[in-house]
Amino acid sequence: MTALLPRRGLAQILALIVILAVDRVVSPQFFDLRLQDGRLFGSLIDVLNRGTPVALLSLGMVLVIATRGIDLSVGAVMAISGAIAASLADSHGLPVVLAASLGAGLVCGLWNGFLVAVLGMQPIVATLILMVAGRGIAQLITEGRIVTFASPGLVWLGNGSILGLPVPVAIALGMLILTGAVVRGSALGLLIEATGGNARASELAGVGTRAMILSVYVWCGVCAALAGVIAAADIMGADANNAGLWLELDAILAVVIGGTSLFGGRFSLVLAVLGALIIQTMNTGILLSGYPPEFNLLVKAVVVMAVLLLQSPKLSGFAGIMARLRRAKP
Amino acid sequence: MENSASLLEVRGISKSFGAVRALQEVDFTLRAGEIHALLGENGAGKSTLIKVVTGVFPRDAGIVRLGGDEVAPRSAKAALQAGIATVYQEVNLLPNLSVAQNLFLDRQPMRFGIVREGEMRRRAKALLADFGLDIDVSAPLGNYSVAIQHVTAIARAVDLSARVLILDEPTASLDRHEVEILFRIMRQLAKRGIGIVFVSHFLDQVYEISDRITVLRNGRLVGERETASLPRIELIRMMLGRELAETTSARAAAREHESRKVCASFENYGKSGYVAPFNLELRHREVVGLAGLLGSGRTETARLVFGAERADRGQARVEGTPVRLQSPRDGVRHGFGYCPEERKTDGIVAELTVRENIVLALQAKRGLHRPLPRREQDEIARRYVRMLDIRPPDPERPVGLLSGGNQQKVLLARWLATSPRLLVLDEPTRGIDVGAHAEIIRLIRELCDDGLALLVISSELDEIVTYSDRVVVLRDRAHVEELAGETIDVGNILAAIAADSVAVALEAHT
Repeated sequence: MTALLPRRGLAQILALIVILAVDRVVSPQFFDLRLQDGRLFGSLIDVLNRGTPVALLSLGMVLVIATRGIDLSVGAVMAISGAIAASLADSHGLPVVLAASLGAGLVCGLWNGFLVAVLGMQPIVATLILMVAGRGIAQLITEGRIVTFASPGLVWLGNGSILGLPVPVAIALGMLILTGAVVRGSALGLLIEATGGNARASELAGVGTRAMILSVYVWCGVCAALAGVIAAADIMGADANNAGLWLELDAILAVVIGGTSLFGGRFSLVLAVLGALIIQTMNTGILLSGYPPEFNLLVKAVVVMAVLLLQSPKLSGFAGIMARLRRAKP
Repeated sequence: MENSASLLEVRGISKSFGAVRALQEVDFTLRAGEIHALLGENGAGKSTLIKVVTGVFPRDAGIVRLGGDEVAPRSAKAALQAGIATVYQEVNLLPNLSVAQNLFLDRQPMRFGIVREGEMRRRAKALLADFGLDIDVSAPLGNYSVAIQHVTAIARAVDLSARVLILDEPTASLDRHEVEILFRIMRQLAKRGIGIVFVSHFLDQVYEISDRITVLRNGRLVGERETASLPRIELIRMMLGRELAETTSARAAAREHESRKVCASFENYGKSGYVAPFNLELRHREVVGLAGLLGSGRTETARLVFGAERADRGQARVEGTPVRLQSPRDGVRHGFGYCPEERKTDGIVAELTVRENIVLALQAKRGLHRPLPRREQDEIARRYVRMLDIRPPDPERPVGLLSGGNQQKVLLARWLATSPRLLVLDEPTRGIDVGAHAEIIRLIRELCDDGLALLVISSELDEIVTYSDRVVVLRDRAHVEELAGETIDVGNILAAIAADSVAVALEAHT
């Protein structure tokens, strides 16, 4: 029973169901799926496919936030890796392209991790540096143009399909399983949660807190780079100005909706990805409903507020006071 | 002094935080023109008393009279307006503003809505001249030393017509010369009839400057004495709170000393400005107690021994082999464990479960790639929950929800799970109810009999006498005496603490 209805995550699953139901109302064909050329099509598949970049970002972001950090640079890292992939795609083989762009993400992650773990900078400031500089670097790589490519291998990454699923969805699923296996299969999960929960105590217990913090930023960089490659593959080009723009905020939002506190500690990879899907389901629903997309931002804002208010200890304290006052009244 | 009118009268003040009674019916009397030292160990209630009197915390019971009129300030600002000013150790001024701006913040001389900078500077200069200070008042306050920042804060308070000046640990970060400047100003102010409350744990300074001493212990008033007629040993006894009752009967019979193998030794080990170099041998099956007043270097010694702080001189050996202790990880690798004094901030990870807190150090020691299987974690957690009687006996409960005593047991379990050779316990019984208190002491003895080496810090001298085989006494951040066997009793420890200190130990190494 507990396996069917986990107490943690119930709210997120319910939220997803509610939003899906609303989507069904505004668009009656929402749940329709059809198989064409060995690939599934339909709004649901679309949600998964469009949601992939943010889902990938949230996989890295959730670990960073679990250590009580934050990574604002993921959108810029997407732009960098997309720019590298697009620039190399037509002249090099796919392995080289992937190695170069993911390697760039790893270096970006190392940089962030170095600033936070070794120099002790506040994460929000440290990653702000790369958020600003990274987009500049991407623009330098593309020399300010939109670089297009036709390399079939890279295009397949964005538009192909495996076992009926779009390749990006399969990659995101694979990354979720890989990250889960590494984090929960080793002691990493416990040590990250301990570091985020109380870094001083963890350090005194012999936990290598710096190594923990460094590694989560590196992983976050790699995830962001992968998201950048997929986003570039999807549109068969790299636009340094717009690739990944503001997606760091969606990723943070996904993590927060997934129930991981910005104060670090307990985290859930699956719920963070679920958070990304909730956001995308909202986006798609609003697009299908025919409302102007601007509306999207407002709805998102309302959802953010609802989630944050629910997490606020002040609010629960306030609710407690109200309850006591009500009880005190005859 | 006898006929001076009482300026500030505090009667029957009580204050609780949840179930913790921080102050119980405390009285305090400050006379006009006197310097009155408020003393007590950590957790005695000094800060709480100050905060209740100045309205930072609301009080549960009691009254405060200032010059005969009852006052009940509801904030530090209201207290200041009533005439009670407090200068904290960390000066509450704005380092980025100029000295003059700080002095006249909120009450700048104005003309037509514009601050008259020139007038303000002139008045600031005159004000500081009263205190014998001639500095550029237009420079940012942050450019000046802590001493001058203190004097600025005091000058501001006095200029705001303060009649009572509370100085909370004002000398903690001052050097000898700066302390003298501050003392000169304090005497000057006392002559003008201002009553000064001086909180400090430097007893030399207390004897140098104060007219009267009030001692608090565990939230209660122990007594008020005239400084001149209070011998130092008596003062320490008031602070540590033990009569010279012969408690040695509670001691386990002295055991064979020589048969014990040395577990870890520290030779000329120290860090400048932290603890003066010391020699320390810790043996298996032996408890070494560290005794001394607050700030005497006990916790500092513990942190050096464990590796939480890096020594800059001396040699550490584990089982005879020279080792380097650069970080807690090194300590853990060599089989050391450390339960810090601040359980909440340095010990537990409140959000994680009892099980996770218990296996944390063992897991960190094993490394990332060798995770403890869940079954083994459950097994370990169950074993220690049973062995140490942790309540409630639910390994999946977040540890933050447990009582202080049970949190302490979880920390002990964390280290016991690593099968350590040496455990360092810093105030293991602080903030723990009486039942759990005795249990922890029994555990310490048992662990020792099982072959562990223990280094235990405690402010409760009775307690130290009960379980220690040797006692190292610290004063002014130096190890000053070592007692062993029959010579361990409360009286000897007190005498060693009180022996006239030549406060050179620290200064010689800074």
